[in-house]
Amino acid sequence: MQSHLLLLIVFAALVSAVFAVLQRERPRDQVRLGLLLFAAFVGTALVAGWLMFPFPLGAR
Amino acid sequence: MTVQRPTGPRALEPATAALVCVIAWLVPGAGHLWLRRSERGLVFLVALSAMFVLGLTLEGRIFPFELSQPLVALAAAADLGSGALYFGAWALGYGAGTVAAPSYEYGNTFLITAGLLNLLVVIDAFDTAVGRK
Repeated sequence: MQSHLLLLIVFAALVSAVFAVLQRERPRDQVRLGLLLFAAFVGTALVAGWLMFPFPLGAR
Repeated sequence: MTVQRPTGPRALEPATAALVCVIAWLVPGAGHLWLRRSERGLVFLVALSAMFVLGLTLEGRIFPFELSQPLVALAAAADLGSGALYFGAWALGYGAGTVAAPSYEYGNTFLITAGLLNLLVVIDAFDTAVGRK
């Protein structure tokens, strides 16, 4: 498994599921919080990735 | 200053609550399963076990306790949060880690996060056991 994006998505899904179940009692609320956290994880990572895009990869 | 004591109808004795914590630490989700919070327990069991196994598959390292290297010791403490998974992997020789592997840091992240999340699950199991939730 070498895809960074796939690893990010798997990580975000698992962590979001645990946090949502920990923080909310009702299943409906758990699903809503889980989806929100998942979107926040993936969205933040993608935005941060694009913000770093212009940076050089290393000293040459 | 008043001290709030657990008053929930299902509050367990302190010794039993402590035992719930130990079980919850050893097997992710087992504390909630014991407390008849089956759905929660199953989510924790599946998600945290999957994170730990993925961490090993990604060639992450189960860090040893090296007090001379504080960050390594902190990572070891986080890894230890996975309970029996940590000891099982260590006993079976998994978790040596391959520093040169592209997924090494990802593996470490999965392993460390699984341990830390399980510690949160243990606290939640304790709160449930003493009637706070």
